[in-house]
Amino acid sequence: MTDTADIPKLRQAISDHLPRRYRAEMRFRVAGLSAVGLAVAILVLLVGSIVMQAIPAFTVNQLVLPVRLESDLVDPQGDGSEASLRRGSYGRVLQEAVREQFPGVRDRRQLRTLFTLYTALNSTRLMDEVLADPGLVGETHTFRMPIADDLDLYLKGRLVQDRTLETAGRLTVAEAGRDFELTSSAADFEGLRDTVSNLLRAEAASLDTRAEQARNRAEGQTGEDREDSLYEAGRLSADADALRAEAELESGWVELSDTLPSILVETGETHLRLTALSADGRSARAESLLGDETGSELADWSLYVIDTPEARRRVSDQLIVWTRALVDRGLVSLDFNTALFANADSREPELAGVKGALFGSILTMLITLTLSVPVGVFTALYLEEYAPKNRFTDLIEVNINNLAAVPSIVFGLLGLAVFINSFGLPRSAPLVGGLVLSLMTLPTVIIATRAALKAVPVSIRQAALAVGASKTQTVFHHVLPLAAPGILTGSIIGLAQAMGETAPLLMIGMVAFIADAPTLGLEGLTQPATVMPVQVFLWSDGAERAFEARTAAAILVLLALMIGFNALAIYLRRRFERRW
Amino acid sequence: MVNPMPDNQSHPDMSAGAGQAELPIKVQARDVCVSYSGKQALNHVSIDVPDRSVTAFIGPSGCGKSTFLRCLNRMNDTIEGAKVVGSLKIDGLEVNDKSVDPVVLRANVGMVFQKPNPFPKSIYDNVAYGPRIHGLALSKDELDAIVEDSLKKAGLWDEVADRLNHPGTGLSGGQQQRLVIARAIAVNPEVILMDEPCSALDPIATAKIEELIDELRENYCIIIVTHSMQQAARVSQQTAFFHMGNLVEYGTTEEIFTNPRDPRTQDYITGRFG
Ligand SMILES: Nc1ncnc2c1ncn2[C@@H]1O[C@H](COP(=O)(O)OP(=O)(O)OP(=O)(O)O)[C@@H](O)[C@H]1O
Ligand SMILES: [Mg+2]
Repeated sequence: MTDTADIPKLRQAISDHLPRRYRAEMRFRVAGLSAVGLAVAILVLLVGSIVMQAIPAFTVNQLVLPVRLESDLVDPQGDGSEASLRRGSYGRVLQEAVREQFPGVRDRRQLRTLFTLYTALNSTRLMDEVLADPGLVGETHTFRMPIADDLDLYLKGRLVQDRTLETAGRLTVAEAGRDFELTSSAADFEGLRDTVSNLLRAEAASLDTRAEQARNRAEGQTGEDREDSLYEAGRLSADADALRAEAELESGWVELSDTLPSILVETGETHLRLTALSADGRSARAESLLGDETGSELADWSLYVIDTPEARRRVSDQLIVWTRALVDRGLVSLDFNTALFANADSREPELAGVKGALFGSILTMLITLTLSVPVGVFTALYLEEYAPKNRFTDLIEVNINNLAAVPSIVFGLLGLAVFINSFGLPRSAPLVGGLVLSLMTLPTVIIATRAALKAVPVSIRQAALAVGASKTQTVFHHVLPLAAPGILTGSIIGLAQAMGETAPLLMIGMVAFIADAPTLGLEGLTQPATVMPVQVFLWSDGAERAFEARTAAAILVLLALMIGFNALAIYLRRRFERRW
Repeated sequence: MVNPMPDNQSHPDMSAGAGQAELPIKVQARDVCVSYSGKQALNHVSIDVPDRSVTAFIGPSGCGKSTFLRCLNRMNDTIEGAKVVGSLKIDGLEVNDKSVDPVVLRANVGMVFQKPNPFPKSIYDNVAYGPRIHGLALSKDELDAIVEDSLKKAGLWDEVADRLNHPGTGLSGGQQQRLVIARAIAVNPEVILMDEPCSALDPIATAKIEELIDELRENYCIIIVTHSMQQAARVSQQTAFFHMGNLVEYGTTEEIFTNPRDPRTQDYITGRFG
């Protein structure tokens, strides 16, 4: 006890303490706010960057070509039967349709390049369209097919750095042997000449540096090594000097190579690629990539520069020119990428979609849901409400807690050994995937359910028991409904975790390229399938650039799935809570 | 704590004595001992509780009042480690007998707890729950009648008649406690146990509950645990004083409060300890 005399002193001590308390509170709030801010910023950054990356995947440039479905090509038996239509040469039909656009292309090698404008897999799609409507045979049909993935990226401005230059003069195009000579009435090529000179100088400087390095290396060497290094240095220096000489050239021609930007001249339907620039910047030499029109004093022409040198990109100038010509003719349209959702996986990015993985995920999750939630909830109910507390149940409890911490790949091993090797279930099947993920999810569900059951106030149980409810009535009428929101949350967290797993599926063959979507039904459970996170993983490993955007798009689909899942959880929880 | 009482053997009178003779004995306890995980909480309690009257259990905290109450409807069964020995009869039937189903017993022995604990359901469902699980009503109308009757007996009908489908947890503390009493009497028990039913209530709500207890006395055997001497004096006809797990003194309320025989009772009711 304190004397009354001490009271003012005590009050004073409390007041003295106050500022420090407020400061501590302030610090805590600031720390909390900044933590929240940081989390939000990271989230926005993450989702933002994924969305930015994914945007190109949601649209696709499609070639809209008139294709002539000649009967002798499409219907070899001539009876219009399905068997006959299935044996048609749809690849040829497509090739003819593309050749029709570029009749000047005759050379075999060039033709092969021409057919890389699209992937040959499109012939199957054409066949499907014909099978769906056999009346098309003999007709000219407008067929839409995605352009090759790299050209799609090019058209979206994601593959190369390019620009169109202003031209001031009138252009004269004259034939000079197999090449062409271009002259502009203004100094339209001067800027390009400077660009090329600068690049040459930069290249020369980097050669100089390498020569210097070789010389330095030689200092520390003896005998043959030294000779080699010195020789290399001399060679590099000579190359650098040659480049510099070309860059400084006052008259004559500067040769362009595939390590320098590509410069294309477009006049009407004719596309020319410059092979040399005159030192004075007024004229140039060029070769034809498409068309061979000549003319003098042309006003309508443009200079198109691809700064990324041809040697350092995946598409050639030739393909780019063809693509641009098709765009000019209005045969390319930017559409929503339905393939991304309507197709299963494919080796060709333009035809690859998430449908297979999405269906696989749905089937797998259905198995996991129907197994892990009831089994987990009832296990937890029994352990929490009925089981006697003894060593044996303690042991079970410890084991369940440990199971929750087992690395998920171990469950995959178990699945391989038990479900596939012992039970003989098929590999890569959603059924096995669901079983494995159920094993993984069970501990989470059990632990969450037990926590939710424990949180139900004793007074409610007592109330029920006191009016004469049996143990089971008490549990099912009162405890379980009160624990339901917690059970739901726990189960959904467990399922969401399972939905994002790849490792346990590795062992059971679900991490694989699977080109067909499983059917959404009972039989789909045993068909080979993969799941969304696996699709993300596989695409992120894809060689084609176009898979980058598709990876991000698949991540977005997965995220949307998760958000949908969580929204459902919140909705269900609200509904349950409102009843009370 | 204090040493155990030296006079464990000497039992106080187990019947409340003269004046109550005309009332039949409803609850009869003989040498009831309870221990929790080996720790003795109740020592050889023997008591006869008459029907159609209110019996108050008083005594300092931790003396075993609630423990004894829980023996009567076998709620101790639900407590881990609780062990009950001795003979406990209601209407001459042994409560702890293997053949007695606790579900049936609890329908016959209602209990009201210290803190009101309505189910998080509607007022109607709270009262209807017991009759439903015991199958007491054959039709919806019958059930409605039971609910109305119980709520009327509990003195709550007028306040909630127009909002029977509102959640029971939305009522005030005093209303909740009366709702819980209605829930208990809806299954037609013969004995009602009340463990400090008014400790969380204000004087007005307390007065209402006391009034209610007084009315219910007509038809039920009521045992009430209370820490308020005044309440015990107001509502009960018999009073039992517990101390350290022993039943120290038992008699008519008038006797206990005016002329206690045991010095410990004297000390307790005059507020010298507890
Ligand atoms: N569930 C339990 N587990 C273990 N010991 C218990 C339990 N319930 C009561 N006890 C013990 O039994 C003894 C009697 O407790 P009880 O609850 O019957 O006292 P009480 O008279 O009701 O006290 P109060 O007036 O404070 O409610 C106490 O010592 C208490 O610690
Ligand atoms: Mg108590």
